Amino acid sequence: MIWYGIFISGILNFFTKFLSLSFFDAIKISPKVKQLLIYVPSAVFPAIIFPGILLDINGSFDLENNPKILASIIAIITAIISKNIVSTIFAGLAVYWLIIFI
Amino acid sequence: MNKKIILFLKGVVDIVPLLIPVIPFGIILGAIGVELGFSPLETFATSLIIFGGASQIVFLQIISGGASLLITITSTFVVNSRHLLYGASFSEYLKNLSLGWKILLSYFLTDQAFAVSNIYFEKNKDEKLKHYYLLGSGFFLWFIWQIATLIGIFLGSIVPEKLGLAYAVPLTFIALLVNYFRKIDHLIIILISGCLSILLFNAPLKSYIILSSLISLSLAFLIISLKKKEDKK
Repeated sequence: MIWYGIFISGILNFFTKFLSLSFFDAIKISPKVKQLLIYVPSAVFPAIIFPGILLDINGSFDLENNPKILASIIAIITAIISKNIVSTIFAGLAVYWLIIFI
Repeated sequence: MNKKIILFLKGVVDIVPLLIPVIPFGIILGAIGVELGFSPLETFATSLIIFGGASQIVFLQIISGGASLLITITSTFVVNSRHLLYGASFSEYLKNLSLGWKILLSYFLTDQAFAVSNIYFEKNKDEKLKHYYLLGSGFFLWFIWQIATLIGIFLGSIVPEKLGLAYAVPLTFIALLVNYFRKIDHLIIILISGCLSILLFNAPLKSYIILSSLISLSLAFLIISLKKKEDKK
């Protein structure tokens, strides 16, 4: 089943790019749709971020003694200040490991 | 030197700075795939066939959480839909290319290759061989991504579970939003989508990513419409 998933997702990903590259005309696409696509990361990624930090494997809240919360707050502050992907990841991981191992 | 090679190499050189975050991301992806229980071959196949960091992580995470194939594929597609914008933006520049070229360039098109090529294309509209630039930047990112995934797969099988590598997934996605935290409209969408994903986490069929994304996008549509009205006033 995994292999079907990989192939179908791969084909869909490819066609998303191929069809738009071959047949869409950026000038003709409504500006509203263009603007909306810019919001895709902001609308999609938090749905991976929030459960990954705040919920445990069973889907219940995991708020006490959860090192991911502080690490993520530091990561977000780093992101806002630096606007840099690498330093954001390093800041988050550093704080996370610091809490776990000390 | 041949003009085609020069343009290809220019694409390679220009994308190098953007590869700095790509390398750790690729390594994390490879390691996470193994940690989530996928075989090294399956993990590597996502890089080769799906070839899109965010989509691959969503794919691996959702399917390992027990979601159906349909939900997994749809969630991956939602993450990928932003690529519609890239293809559409380039169609004007690349419309005279052969089908083979379009297939090749579509496969290699990524966020980063789009970013550098878009700047180059705008400055060099009349350059007939400009697609070699996109090929260079796209190919080089692809190559580095495959290597980084392989390193991650290797590391993932030796990194102890105690390091909590799974946390790297939400952390990487926080990092991918660095450009949006300062914009108030994006921040609103981020918070709403995040809260919705928690509320809807136990929704049937692991559909929480699709549901919270679509609801948040509808709200984004509302924000755009309201902004337009403001601008007109």
